[in-house]
Amino acid sequence: MLSRVFSWAGFVLAFVFLTAYTALAQTTILNVSYDVSRELYKQINPAFIDAWKAKTGETVTVNQSHGGSSKQAASVAEGLDADVITMNQAPDIDFLADKGLVAKDWKSKFPNDAAPYTSVSVFLVRKGNPKGIKDWSDLAKPGISVIVPNPKTSGNGRYTYLAAWGYALENLGGADAAKDFVKKLFGNVPVFDGGGRGATTTFSQRDVGDALVTFENEARLIAVEFGADKFDIVYPSLSVEAPAPVAINEKVVDKKKTREVATAYLNFLYSPEGQAIIAKYDFRPRDEAVLRANQAKFPPVKTFDVEKLIGSWADVRKTHFADGGIYDQISVK
Amino acid sequence: MAGALSSLAFGSVGGSAFERRAATRDPAWVKWLILGLSLSFFAIFILLPLIAVFVEALRKGWGTYITALSEPDALAAVRLTLIAAAIAVPLNLIFGVSAAWAIAKYQFRGKNALTTLIDLPFSVSPVVAGLVFVLVFGAQGWFGSWLGDHNIRIIFAVPGIVLATIFVTFPFVARELIPLMESQGREEEEAAIVLGASGLQTFWRVTLPNIKWGLLYGVILCNARAMGEFGAVSVVSGHIRGQTNTLPLHVEIVYNEYNFAAAFAVASLLALLALFTLILKTIIEVRAASQVAKA
Repeated sequence: MLSRVFSWAGFVLAFVFLTAYTALAQTTILNVSYDVSRELYKQINPAFIDAWKAKTGETVTVNQSHGGSSKQAASVAEGLDADVITMNQAPDIDFLADKGLVAKDWKSKFPNDAAPYTSVSVFLVRKGNPKGIKDWSDLAKPGISVIVPNPKTSGNGRYTYLAAWGYALENLGGADAAKDFVKKLFGNVPVFDGGGRGATTTFSQRDVGDALVTFENEARLIAVEFGADKFDIVYPSLSVEAPAPVAINEKVVDKKKTREVATAYLNFLYSPEGQAIIAKYDFRPRDEAVLRANQAKFPPVKTFDVEKLIGSWADVRKTHFADGGIYDQISVK
Repeated sequence: MAGALSSLAFGSVGGSAFERRAATRDPAWVKWLILGLSLSFFAIFILLPLIAVFVEALRKGWGTYITALSEPDALAAVRLTLIAAAIAVPLNLIFGVSAAWAIAKYQFRGKNALTTLIDLPFSVSPVVAGLVFVLVFGAQGWFGSWLGDHNIRIIFAVPGIVLATIFVTFPFVARELIPLMESQGREEEEAAIVLGASGLQTFWRVTLPNIKWGLLYGVILCNARAMGEFGAVSVVSGHIRGQTNTLPLHVEIVYNEYNFAAAFAVASLLALLALFTLILKTIIEVRAASQVAKA
């Protein structure tokens, strides 16, 4: 019996090494990304593989890893061999720059501050908008129930918080008024889910809340998945621009000698073909022509840039989201 | 295990005699209340979710069910789960037998500490178990830079998943065997040695037949946990599609893609595994009980 056990273990080990070896034999790059970009990269990857084959004759394999964005960044820091990192918020890439994996000037390596697409925070309301929710001020009114993921753990929730803050700064003037305003708004949130997808489920499956604040792409996806006859999308008078930054993992591409293909992969996101796929998955493309072609999908909306209106991400994290920061102060009831 | 077996062997006899005598019989309403409570708890917390898994899995028909299971990523997840279990279970089998042997048959310093520490994986949260491996083998961990220099990948690759699986399934075999071997004592082995058997002969002919059912029971539980583990494996996996996703991780990913039917289809595989494990476990218990009764 024991010898049989050993021969089994030997067989399995050989199998593991064999699969590991065949995986190494051809060029492979790994794209480590955030949670809701799955559908997008499922389509981007085969398109890039074809384009790369047509250009160089080489066959490349693109592997995907998805998860909560900060958790993914932590995994990369701990040695997950990502050639490219595609995230939904700059702080996660700044974190990797601090660890020496990503170039300090990563924003200048690709066009548009290294963000091939953006999204904006919008409201998803029940069909016909029974509560008449038009703007951020309506969400802060008494008796309205708003679903927002927890800003402490979710980039999506953080953008919602900052969008409301920016709206108050522009319309009510001053940080004190803004603090008062977000306090009222977040007082209307009955449950805080950990991430964007959890908030989506709360709103659409469990029917909790009058409005869900989330990214435009997620809102459009919900309308498709759960029926356009159930929800309406509302664009507020001012929203936040949420660019999705990308970067190359310098350490890994040097070691694996994949810099060329990894760079081509990220540049492909800016190509007309890549931008068209991006628009198809409801992210706002950078390419003017593609944006015009999809105008019905992306109504013009006035947005602001967090770093220009509120402050650098490091400052924002410190004053708003750190323990004891403004977010903690307003959530004490 | 030994306790469970004896209560199984004698419990049924003792229980009915207890109930036959009017003096020791519970009032009827107490009996029905307790029965009703336990059965409705069982229905709500065990049976209902189990049925829901299969109903959801087949909601969009058999076609979707088969497609969900034959998708390359799902097959890769099945393969990885089998590999992890095929490495973790035999290793824990060898470890469990030797640890139980050491604790039951020898006297040595630190025996109590070993007995207690074997249970550590049961008491520590699986997430912590995963993070321990990240701290040790991660790029910023103790051996991280050495491993990186030598191009050896442990975490975010198959070896890390196997390590995490071994860690969480570590106690199962040993836990089953220790009380069993302790209660059996050393007399039979001593008799075999006195009669001229070699150490190995004693093990194969005397010890192994004695612990056979407990061993199998432990292996089955160990295997079920190895295939079903989520927390620890999730931390060290890296979630690379088709490469480092085990079945439970694949379920989560597909569910997060709003692909509910496919998620439950894969989940039904795990549920089937659980049912299969239970059936095997029951067979072993009955066999073992009849052996105990014969002895």
